[in-house]
Amino acid sequence: MDSFQQTLFKLKNYWSERGCIIQEPYDVEVGAGTMCPETFLRVVGPKPYSVAYVQPSRRPADGRYGENPNRLYKHQQLQVILKPSPNDVIDQYLGSLEAIGIDLRKHDIKFEEDNWESPTLGAWGIGWQVMLDGMEITQFTYFQQCGGVDLDLVPAEITYGLERIVAFLQGKESVYDIEWTKSVSYADVRFADELQFSVYNFELADVATLWKLFDLHEGECQRLLDLYKSYEPRNRFPVLPSYDQVLKCSNLFNLLDSRGAISVTERVGVIARVRKLAVGVAQAWMNQQGAAA
Amino acid sequence: MTLPFLLEIGAEEIPDWMIEPALKNLSELFNTVLVEHKLGGAVTGMDATPRRLVLHAEGLAGKQEDSIELVTGPAKSAPPKAVEGFAKKSGVAADQLVLATSERGEYWTLSRKVSGRATLDVLASALPQIVGKIYFPKTMYWTGKGGARFIRPIRWIVALLGPDVVPFEFAAVKSGNTTNGHRILGNKNLPVTIANHREELRKNFVVLSAAERRAMIEKALDERVESDEALVNTLVYLTEYPTPIRGAFDPKYLTLPREILSTVMRHHQRYFSVTNDKGGLAPEFIAVMNTSADPDGLVRMGNERVLRARFNDARFFWDVDQKKKLEDRVEDLKHVTFQAKLGSYFEKTERVIVIARNIAQILEAKVPATERAARLCKTDLTTDMVKEFTDLQGIVGGLYARAQGEWEEVAQAIYDHYRPLNMDGPLPSTLEGLALSIADKIDTLEQCFAIGMAPTGSKDPFALRRAAQGVVRMIVERKLPLPLDHLVPKNTPLEAFLLDRIRYYFKDIRAFQYDEVNAVLASGSDDLVDIDSRLTALAEVRPTENFEPLAASFKRIQNILRQANYSAGGTFDPNLLEPGPEADLYAEFTRVREAVNAYRSKHDYKSALEAIASLRPKVDLFFDKVLVNAPDETIRQNRLTLLNSLLTEFSAIADFSEIVTTH
Repeated sequence: MDSFQQTLFKLKNYWSERGCIIQEPYDVEVGAGTMCPETFLRVVGPKPYSVAYVQPSRRPADGRYGENPNRLYKHQQLQVILKPSPNDVIDQYLGSLEAIGIDLRKHDIKFEEDNWESPTLGAWGIGWQVMLDGMEITQFTYFQQCGGVDLDLVPAEITYGLERIVAFLQGKESVYDIEWTKSVSYADVRFADELQFSVYNFELADVATLWKLFDLHEGECQRLLDLYKSYEPRNRFPVLPSYDQVLKCSNLFNLLDSRGAISVTERVGVIARVRKLAVGVAQAWMNQQGAAA
Repeated sequence: MTLPFLLEIGAEEIPDWMIEPALKNLSELFNTVLVEHKLGGAVTGMDATPRRLVLHAEGLAGKQEDSIELVTGPAKSAPPKAVEGFAKKSGVAADQLVLATSERGEYWTLSRKVSGRATLDVLASALPQIVGKIYFPKTMYWTGKGGARFIRPIRWIVALLGPDVVPFEFAAVKSGNTTNGHRILGNKNLPVTIANHREELRKNFVVLSAAERRAMIEKALDERVESDEALVNTLVYLTEYPTPIRGAFDPKYLTLPREILSTVMRHHQRYFSVTNDKGGLAPEFIAVMNTSADPDGLVRMGNERVLRARFNDARFFWDVDQKKKLEDRVEDLKHVTFQAKLGSYFEKTERVIVIARNIAQILEAKVPATERAARLCKTDLTTDMVKEFTDLQGIVGGLYARAQGEWEEVAQAIYDHYRPLNMDGPLPSTLEGLALSIADKIDTLEQCFAIGMAPTGSKDPFALRRAAQGVVRMIVERKLPLPLDHLVPKNTPLEAFLLDRIRYYFKDIRAFQYDEVNAVLASGSDDLVDIDSRLTALAEVRPTENFEPLAASFKRIQNILRQANYSAGGTFDPNLLEPGPEADLYAEFTRVREAVNAYRSKHDYKSALEAIASLRPKVDLFFDKVLVNAPDETIRQNRLTLLNSLLTEFSAIADFSEIVTTH
């Protein structure tokens, strides 16, 4: 039986052998691997790019104080981007399951319609959730648009839910019982994280401080975006650092939300504020890519 | 000799619900090409799995017939030079032109033989367009910006006319004679012929026929399995080789409400639920695999494990949700948006309480229980259970209310208040539930109309038509004494909208004739239960021999009154009656009026209408023998007044002049 980390190594190796850059997790808090610049910004533009990375993904509202066997405040995604998607992309994906020890002839695999959409960013894709013996193990998406513009090359995004897959492989009822490595469990590594962040996110986070931080990151992002038009040469302009500020705002919004600090009337407005920044960054990025091409 | 044709479009997994409409569309598109290009033959069958759309046709000609094409040249009167010029341009000598007569005169015309094109060539140029035209609700591109669109990437195409490949290309995929079997169990790049296509696929674990796959699924569905036609349809098009397996779960989960267990199994996991001898749920399920067997039981165990996790989640949600009572969640509704312009569910709750109270009073439902249910009915939107299982809204609220010791009437009303979910769905089972459901829907209708969000065309984002129809169904089918003008103000767009739904309900759902519905609504539209009784009576009496002729006479009376510019209010003097048909009609009228009033007060509309219809011989005789437009003005007015009384007295059940008669 492979440990959590052995399974990870195998997946990374598999995609490395198929030409992917293996990246490390992005070091700013994100809600999903899709949000990382390695995906969200790299899918734009005419340059082929294939990459795989594990991304710890934070969803403050999903925290359960470590009490629920299947729900986590922070879970690990393996994110694979193949741009452009090869014709045999599904076969390659199925091969990755074989590589981590799933004998597909003894299991039931189904592809069920599941599209991805972020209306606020004008981004969407078409795809499936992949079901293995009735369990969703992967999200598979062909990106179509970003910022309301058709992408030059259509990337395939493959997102593996690692805790679920490994719990399945190890036959564990609770993700906390997963063997991370020999004689170290998932709970040993992560339980304190889940408990303490649940307490912070739901109970102790200081709302006024979170709002202040939100305003600061928003202000910094907007200040940068305002400079973009007149900045020369374009390729030096810090679009990527601007995007970090968007990610900060997005995470703070999620925190405020889990803290129950955003009222109905505020909610729409705050989402609009984050969207304005994200769209601004995406446009600057596309413009910068176009200028570089 | 004619040729068979086979087209298989091989794609990545197509969403199950889009497949049948796509097949129908493909078949129509192909038949149109056959007709347009005079290729003969027709589509003989369509098949599909998630990974392929297949069209079979037979009887195609090898080539189009040769035809004669007429090319019109200059007019007969044109100078010879022009005629020669036309001949030269057409590549023939001038003496090969003939004069042909058209509507505009005589013209020099070239008659030219056109050789028919080979069917293979015609199809090769038509097929790429056909494939590109198949309608899907949402499409994608995958070969790069501006590339071809389809529902999912196309990976292979088989196109065979008899033994030959019809060569074409779509989205950089070249047609050929090789297909692919089941993703896991089948071979790739299988060469096929039209004759062995189906059999080769079967050998490679693809059952092409949807009917056959359905049979493979249904053989596992015995009488203990809860039937679910929609689920069967989904599974037919989610699988290429369906194999049902039976799984079990720990009976301890049966303490969770059946509604929750059922939703998890059917909607989330696509399992069939199973009942025990007593009609309760058994701790079992049936899953359908997309593979041939589960020799080691791994698939069963995997599915059981997932279900266990799901049930554990549900139990966790239940326990956590109980820590905060519904009552304590009312304030939280301030944070749940009903609609951006319409504020929160808290505000909606406050409005619904007022409306529900009024309706409960009219219906003589328990008022405090109805108010309490209205106060709590939306609070389950803040529970983890409903956040996870959104289609259980209302139901979860009802179950929680019961568990938290609310009155039974309150729990049941909350449980039922989204009902009816569709035209056939069950209605709320109690008066309190009916009052709450109607109040909730009327509030949604009023609010949406107030901000100009009335449905237009196919756009109805708030499902207002369904809400209005639900209100109509509840009042009519539960016979509620709830006049329409108590619910919505008169002469408003909302009232017009409701009337439109009332018409739709009686016409399309209850299958009454449109003129009967018009006739009855013209005699008053406030009391829906009364409308139902009057319509039923009218439909029963209509086929009887006197009815339609009498309706025709009523229309005649209406015309006469209109032409005479008759204004009501004249007094009627029996002494002015002429003996014979006029006096007889009056006597009969008086007699029938008395009878009709008696029947009407007992709501016996059928007898009332029969009584009215019995007037027919006297009315006919009157029109036969008596001149309404009598020379004497006083007599004339008296007759018009008689006819007017007849019309108004007997139009209270239905306005007969609305009935479309064949006479």
